[in-house]
Amino acid sequence: MADNGRKADTVTLTIDGHEVTVPKGTSLLHAAETLGVEVPHYCYHPGLSAPAQCRICLVEVEGAPKLQPSCVTMAQDGQVVHTESAQARRMRQGVLEFYLVNHPLDCPICDMSGECKLQDYVFNEGREHGRGREPKRVFGRDDFGGDVLYYGDRCVMCTRCVRFMDEVARDGRLTVVERGDRAVIDTFFESGLDGASFAGNIVDICPVGALVSKDFLHKARAWDLDHTESVCPNCSQGCNIDLHTRDNLVQRLKPRENPEVNGHWMCDYGRANYEWLNRPGRLEAPAVGRGDKRRASDWQHALHALFERLAEAEGASVRVVGSAFSSNEALDALRALAEQAGTLQAGVFRARRAEDEDPLPGFPILVRRRDLAPNVDGAGILGFTRVGDDDGTGGLEEAADHDGVLIVVGDELADQDESFGAKAGLFVYLGTFDSPAARNADFVLPLTTFAEEEGTFVNAQGRVQRFRQGLRGPGTAQPAWLVLGTLAAALTGGDRPVSAADAFASIVQRHAAFGGLIWEGVGSAGAALEAAHA
Amino acid sequence: MAYPYRHEKETRILSECFGDPSARTVAGWKKHGGYQGIARALEIGRDATIEDVKASGLRGRGGAGFPTGLKWSFMPKNTGRPHYLLCNADESEPGTFKDREIIRWTPHQLIEGCLVGSYAIGAAHCYIYLRGEFFETTQILARALEEAYAEGLVGRDIMGSGVDIDITLHVGAGAYICGEETGLMNSLEGRRGEPRIKPPFPAAVGAFGMPTTINNVETLAATAHIARHGGEWYRQWGTDKSPGTKLFCVSGHVNRPGNYEFPLGFPMMELIEDVCGGMRDGKALKAVIPGGSSVPIMSAEDCRACTLCYEGVEAAGSMLGCASVIVMDENTDIVKQVRRMAYFYTHESCGQCTPCREGTAWATRILRRIEDGLGTEDDLDTLIQISEQMTGTTICVLSDSLAMPIISSIEKFREDYLALIRRGERVGAA
Ligand SMILES: Cc1cc2nc3c(=O)[nH]c(=O)nc-3n(C[C@H](O)[C@H](O)[C@H](O)COP(=O)(O)O)c2cc1C
Ligand code: SF4
Ligand code: SF4
Ligand code: SF4
Ligand code: FES
Repeated sequence: MADNGRKADTVTLTIDGHEVTVPKGTSLLHAAETLGVEVPHYCYHPGLSAPAQCRICLVEVEGAPKLQPSCVTMAQDGQVVHTESAQARRMRQGVLEFYLVNHPLDCPICDMSGECKLQDYVFNEGREHGRGREPKRVFGRDDFGGDVLYYGDRCVMCTRCVRFMDEVARDGRLTVVERGDRAVIDTFFESGLDGASFAGNIVDICPVGALVSKDFLHKARAWDLDHTESVCPNCSQGCNIDLHTRDNLVQRLKPRENPEVNGHWMCDYGRANYEWLNRPGRLEAPAVGRGDKRRASDWQHALHALFERLAEAEGASVRVVGSAFSSNEALDALRALAEQAGTLQAGVFRARRAEDEDPLPGFPILVRRRDLAPNVDGAGILGFTRVGDDDGTGGLEEAADHDGVLIVVGDELADQDESFGAKAGLFVYLGTFDSPAARNADFVLPLTTFAEEEGTFVNAQGRVQRFRQGLRGPGTAQPAWLVLGTLAAALTGGDRPVSAADAFASIVQRHAAFGGLIWEGVGSAGAALEAAHA
Repeated sequence: MAYPYRHEKETRILSECFGDPSARTVAGWKKHGGYQGIARALEIGRDATIEDVKASGLRGRGGAGFPTGLKWSFMPKNTGRPHYLLCNADESEPGTFKDREIIRWTPHQLIEGCLVGSYAIGAAHCYIYLRGEFFETTQILARALEEAYAEGLVGRDIMGSGVDIDITLHVGAGAYICGEETGLMNSLEGRRGEPRIKPPFPAAVGAFGMPTTINNVETLAATAHIARHGGEWYRQWGTDKSPGTKLFCVSGHVNRPGNYEFPLGFPMMELIEDVCGGMRDGKALKAVIPGGSSVPIMSAEDCRACTLCYEGVEAAGSMLGCASVIVMDENTDIVKQVRRMAYFYTHESCGQCTPCREGTAWATRILRRIEDGLGTEDDLDTLIQISEQMTGTTICVLSDSLAMPIISSIEKFREDYLALIRRGERVGAA
C-alpha cells in the first residue's frame, strides 16, 4: 500500500525483513535507524565525513559480493539488507575481537565506562572470551593540551577527532602518526590543543575512553550522573546541552544535538563555565528589614509584608533591575509586577560583552556570541534596556539613587556599594547571593538559578528554548516568576502562576513576539519567535 | 654491464634492451623503433588507440590483471576538466623487480607508454609515481625525460601534433601502500598514503578530484608497442584470456634468478628448471609463490601442470598477480617465511581498517609464537579465522593479501606448523 503514494525521491527497501521507505541518498545505516535498528559504528558520525574505515558497520546486501559498509552504502529500491544475518554477525564479532587485541580493558578506571561504545558492542555481540595470548602493545597517556587527555591504548582509530578538528573546527591540530598498529593520534606542536576554542567536542565524539576531559577526570562514574535537558547559560547562542549532575552538583556540561542552533557541538568556553552553578554560600531564606534591622523571616510573612508595602506604594515611581541570566518568565513577571505596583520608569539589565565573537567554521550557525549571558535577547524583547559597560558594570546610577520603589532581580550588584538604594521608598532584592549593595533592601528574597528551575531563554537567533530543572535549590529558594507572579496576582486579585508553563502563557498573552507559542510546543528543541514580531 | 641472465627461449619485447645502456637516449631508443607508437597513435586518434589496446587484450600488469583498454574507455569524454594519467612505479611488492628494470634500461619505453596512455584518455598531464628507494632509477628516468622534453617529444605540441602532454616525476617516501592506486593518489596530493573508498572510482573522481586512470609501468610500456603495431599483433603471443608477453621476476632458490620475458601461458616448471637453470644445489622444489607475496602459496605438486597466465595460475589455486615467481626449495622454513611476510604486511598496513590494522599485527605475533615453539594447534584455527575476518572486509586488499598466504600455507604445509607445535622441530634450513 505504501508504494502507491511513493514519490520519485524516495526508495523502498527491505531491512531485516521489514520494508522501509526513505529519502534517496539515505545510507543503509540511517535507513536501519528509522526501523529502530542500530548498526554498530565508530568512524561514522553524522556531523563529519564518512571514511568507512572502522569496518564494524558491515551489513549483508543481497546480490553484493562482499559485506557492505552501511555508513556509506546508499539505500536503493528493492535492496534486501540483513544486519543480523549469520555472516554479518560473524564479521562484527570478528571486528570486535580485533579491537580487543590491544585494548587494555581498563574499564574500572576509565571515565568512558558506562557510556562506551566498545563496552556496549562487545557486551552485545562480542566473543565471550578473547583468544589473544600475546602481550599487548602499549602507548600510554598523552596530554593533548587544553582540557584533553589521550589514552592511546583505548583508541579505536576511528579518526573522528582528527576529522572534527580538520572539518568542523578547521583547525587541523590533530593527525594520525605512524601506520598499521603503530598508528596513534597526536598533535603537531607542543602547544597541542591549547587555545583551540572548540576542541572539547572531540571528547564527546570519541566513541571510547581514549579522549577524556581533564576537568572531569575520575570525578564521577557515568551511571551515577543524572542528565537534564538544558541550555548553555554562558552566551546568547544558547547551545542545547545536558546538565550532568550528581550529589546536587553540576559535574559537566555536554552538548545536546540541535541542528538549528549548535549541531552536535558546543564551545569550550561554555563547557568550562559551570562551577558558578555549584558555588556555595547561597541565600537560603527570606530576610526582612533594612541594614542592621534585617531579620530572618519565612516566605509567608515576608510576602505578606511585601504585599502590604506594595499596595501602600500604589502609584509610586518604580525602577527595576533585571538580569540576562533570568528566564523570560522571571523578567516578564518582574515587569508585570512593576506595572501593577506603580509607574514603571525603567527596566534595565546589564551583561558582559566579549570583544569578539567566535564562530565554528565548519558549522557556522554556531557562534560563541559576544553577549556572555543566555537571555540578552529575551530581556530586550520583554522591554528591558541594556545599561552599563562591556564588563557588566556601571549603568545603575539612576537605580541607585531612586526614591520610589526599587526592585532588583538576579543582579548581584557586585560593583555597587552600600549606599545603593539608600533613598528608595521600598527596595526589594531578589537574588541567589547576598551582596553589600543589598544592605538597604527592605526585603531580601532567595532565588533559584536557571539550573534549579524550569523556564525559557531567547537566544541570539530569536529562538525560545526551554531548560529543565536539574538541581534542587538551596533552603527555601524559589523561582523568581513564582515570587513575582504571586505578588502581582495578589495586587490584581487574579490567578497566581503555579508552574513555569503558566508564567510562559502570560508572556504569550502580553507580548506579540511570542504570539502563537505554547509551552509544550517549545519542546526540547525550542521554537523560533515569529520573525515579524521578533 | 651485460644483463645478468638471458635465455634463448625468451620473447623479448619489453626487455629487448635490458643490459644495453645505449637505449637510454632518445636516439638509442629510436633505433629500436622508439616513439613510433605515439606517432601512430597521434595519427589514428584517441578512440582508435583505445580500440587497439582493447583489441590487444592487454591486462594490467600491476597485479589485478584488469583489461587496460576497458579501463581507458571508462574515462569520461568532454568533461572540460583536466584528466590525469598516473603511472604506478611504486613497485614494492616483495619479489617484484620488473618495473625498475624497464625504467633503468629503457626509460623512453615508459615515457612513450605514458604519452600513448595520456593521449588516449585525454590527459594533458601524467604523473609517474616512483618508489622512494628507486634512486638510480629516478635519475635515469629524469635524465631521459629532460631529453624527451628537449626533443619536443613531451611538453607543448608534442611531435608537432598540437597535443600538449606534460610528464612529472613524483618520488614517494617508501610506503608499500602508496602503490595501491588510491593510496597513491592521496600521497601524490600530499595527504597520508591511505586508500580511498570506492565508489567513487578514479575514472570519475581520482587525483585532485579529477577523472584519472592509473596504470602500472609494464602495462604502459606494453601500450607503446601496441600503439605502434596494433592490437592484433600483440595477440600473436599468449593465450586467449592472457594475450601478450610478460616479464617474470624469478627469485629464490634457482640457479639463475632474474627477469625473463615470455608469452603468457609459459609452463611454470619449464621456467624454473630450464630457463632458470633448475634448483640451486640440486635441491627439491618445495613451494612457489607465483605472483608476488600477496597470493596463495603453491606446493611443488600445484606447480607441476601450472602454466603462467592469469587463468592458468588461478586453476592451480593461486593468482598470477604481477608474475613475481618466488621459488623455495626443500630447506625452506615455511612458518618463518610466512611470519616474515606477515611482518611486512603489518609494517605496511596503513592502519585505517580495523581488520587489517589489528589482524596483520595479531597474526604476526601468533606466527612468531609458533615459530618460537610456543604455539598450539588451536592457534592454527585462530589464524585461519583471523584471516577469514580479514578477507573482503577492508577498504583495499592489503588485508586479503596477507590472509591468502596464511590460509594457503596452513592448508598446504600444515605438517610444517605441526612439527613446530608438537615437537619443536623446524622443518627446513636452520
Ligand atoms: C597494497 C597494494 C599495493 C600495490 N602496489 C602496487 C605497485 O607497487 N605497483 C603497481 O603497479 N600496482 C600496485 N598495486 C595495484 C594498483 O592498485 C593498481 O591496481 C595498478 O596500479 C593498476 O594498474 P594496471 O591496471 O596497469 O595493473 C597495489 C595494490 C595494492 C592493493
Ligand atoms: S582518540 Fe577517540 S575519536 Fe580519536 S581516533 Fe581514537 S577513538 Fe577515535
Ligand atoms: S557558544 Fe555560547 S551557548 Fe554555545 S556553548 Fe559556547 S558559551 Fe555556551
Ligand atoms: S586494508 Fe589495510 S592497507 Fe588497505 S586501506 Fe585498510 S588498513 Fe589500509
Ligand atoms: S561506521 Fe561504517 S565503516 Fe566505520
